[in-house]
Amino acid sequence: MDSWLEAHTDHSLSFSSESPPPIQWIEGWGRIGVWGKELHSTELEPASAGAALFRGLGRSYGDSSLPAGAGDVVVNTTFADRILGFDEKHLIVLAEAGCSLRELNRVFLPRGFFVPVTPGTQFVTLGGMVASDVHGKDHHVHGTIGRHVLSLRMRVADGRVLRCSREEHPDLFLATLGGMGLTGHILEVEMRMRRVPSPWIRQYSRRVDDIDEFLEALAQAAKRWPYTVGWIDCLTRGRHMGRGILLAGDWASPDEAPSSFPKPKKKINISFDFPSFILGPHTVAAFNHLYYWRHLPRERFCLTHWEDFFYPLDAIGGWNRMYGKRGFTQYQCVLPAAAGPEAPRRVLEILTKHGGASFLCVIKDCGPEGEGVLSFPMEGVSIALDIPIRGDTQELIDTLNEEVLREGGRIYLTKDRFTRREHFVEMEKRRLPRFQEIRQKWDPELRIRSAQSVRLFGDPMPSPKKADGFAFRK
Amino acid sequence: MREPRSVVLLGGTSGIGRALARKLAERGDRIVLFGRKPEELERSVQDLRVRGASKAAWVECDLRKPESFASSFDEAQKVLGFFDTVIVTAARFATQEQLERDRELLYELLTVNFTHTVLFCEEAKNRLLARGGGTLCVLSSVAGERGRKPVVFYGATKAGLSRYLEGLDHRFRQEGLRVITIKPGFVKTPMTAGLKPPPFAAEADEVAELILFAIDWGIPVLYVPLVWAPIMSVIRRLPRFVMRRFNF
Repeated sequence: MDSWLEAHTDHSLSFSSESPPPIQWIEGWGRIGVWGKELHSTELEPASAGAALFRGLGRSYGDSSLPAGAGDVVVNTTFADRILGFDEKHLIVLAEAGCSLRELNRVFLPRGFFVPVTPGTQFVTLGGMVASDVHGKDHHVHGTIGRHVLSLRMRVADGRVLRCSREEHPDLFLATLGGMGLTGHILEVEMRMRRVPSPWIRQYSRRVDDIDEFLEALAQAAKRWPYTVGWIDCLTRGRHMGRGILLAGDWASPDEAPSSFPKPKKKINISFDFPSFILGPHTVAAFNHLYYWRHLPRERFCLTHWEDFFYPLDAIGGWNRMYGKRGFTQYQCVLPAAAGPEAPRRVLEILTKHGGASFLCVIKDCGPEGEGVLSFPMEGVSIALDIPIRGDTQELIDTLNEEVLREGGRIYLTKDRFTRREHFVEMEKRRLPRFQEIRQKWDPELRIRSAQSVRLFGDPMPSPKKADGFAFRK
Repeated sequence: MREPRSVVLLGGTSGIGRALARKLAERGDRIVLFGRKPEELERSVQDLRVRGASKAAWVECDLRKPESFASSFDEAQKVLGFFDTVIVTAARFATQEQLERDRELLYELLTVNFTHTVLFCEEAKNRLLARGGGTLCVLSSVAGERGRKPVVFYGATKAGLSRYLEGLDHRFRQEGLRVITIKPGFVKTPMTAGLKPPPFAAEADEVAELILFAIDWGIPVLYVPLVWAPIMSVIRRLPRFVMRRFNF
């Protein structure tokens, strides 16, 4: 704290703090964490020198944003959130990596602009979105966010700060899209926004009876709607396995939308851990029934709030605490179109066999693979599952991964915490060597690393200290 | 419609100051940021422009160099034409342990948070009075309400500052100068990052919203978040032998 603080700060209830960052508990959204050092900084350029990793709002579920060891410093970017320019004619925005999607939406949507691609939560930073190369309900039309990123300003491992794009250092640029922050630290992002006709969503939803009908319905909806996604009740087995609700939408035109800007949504906060029985199979089965049968007419059209449409779970702050102290993980895989329509059925069968292992799943048909060297989506069907941690979680993930391997699919690193290295390497045998080659070129000593890269990419483990390693929250 | 304010803001590049500057910008006020790092200032000014400030600019001003205040205000006057609001969110902070160890740091904190801040306010006051009044809003702290173990020096500077601002308000309110003293509790800013947030820890954004309210309505003293008002009224009344036993 030897720098001048232009910020007013108060320490009224001070706890003795020795800076720079003390070793503290850092966790991902799934609430499994590690001990490490987290440095919050307004100025990313000086802070990034010597950092092992950047992290934003910590919404990746597993260990992607966690330090590899207690000696590694991760820089939290959330205070570096300035928008540095907006070119309204060309729709180009330049912002610091810590700028949140929520802030971008708040500033730009009232003016008729929206981010090119949005994930299912607003509580992510621009840097995080690029590092995960996020996709959204419109993947079949707009691809991942990487497609709309024009350039990045980065701190690379040798200490240089440089700009990269499709023309300048293209290898670095493309490896950084979906590169999980392992190629260098993202300081600024320049991307192209999109114009929207109104801030309201015209929504279409439909009740679907089983998995085959679902795939068919998704394909149909994709032709007519830029945003499509499906919610599947994972507790129903047998004939109705894969029943759920299909959701599709588009921005409403100015004449059908109300003239007012939609009011910001009220948020409730969960500030304590739920006991584990609350999200048990029975309560969730009841919820799923309600959710399914609430959609009594088979089809429904309505005008809806953009926050409800894109970010339903953001209405509950800290919803990850509903899974209790043991936390949860998410498993997301994509099954290539080539594997055929039977592939998603086989995955669902594994899941329902594990009785109540996951309560619900989100299904989405993806468009063609993007440019990012290690970017997740590919043409096919993506399935995302929330899985509360139980004794058999590792076993379940292993079984799912083996199935995904057979189908020629792959997993989404941003969600992952349990995949074994051999499975990951096998899934990515086509792309991983190229990614590692680019990484080697820019960071031969592998100074930039995460807990995940040690687990999956085989990065060397930092020298062990007593506080190292994973642990469940006490 | 409200006339846009013309604001000089010292400390607007980060923390509460940044959040406050954004709120001013979003409603179309005119802003000059005072600070000491040109590059940071420039980036913040860009941010304010994108958010809709009808004018945004910066002027170098270092709270450690009181001799620079007059020329900084001259410059601001040139850029804005006039200004009717001066806000100070900058302050020095260090932990009690650091200050006990480091005499130079202590000297700097004492002079900057009290002496130089007062000199800055005097300069602002003179200029605001010269055009018939205006608003001077300064961030003090709840730490100035009682002498407490973890904030002996910091609290002392803030106590002095609060008293000065109170006197200023009494003396010049008649002449059109509104002096607004803000007393924040723990706020999550770059500075407090890494500390375990105590109960009632606030976000910079909600605090900024309240400060803006105080500025617009001319509220002389405001605890932010508001919950600190009843808490401090109890703490102010605690007998010393009780305070002595507390470690907070």
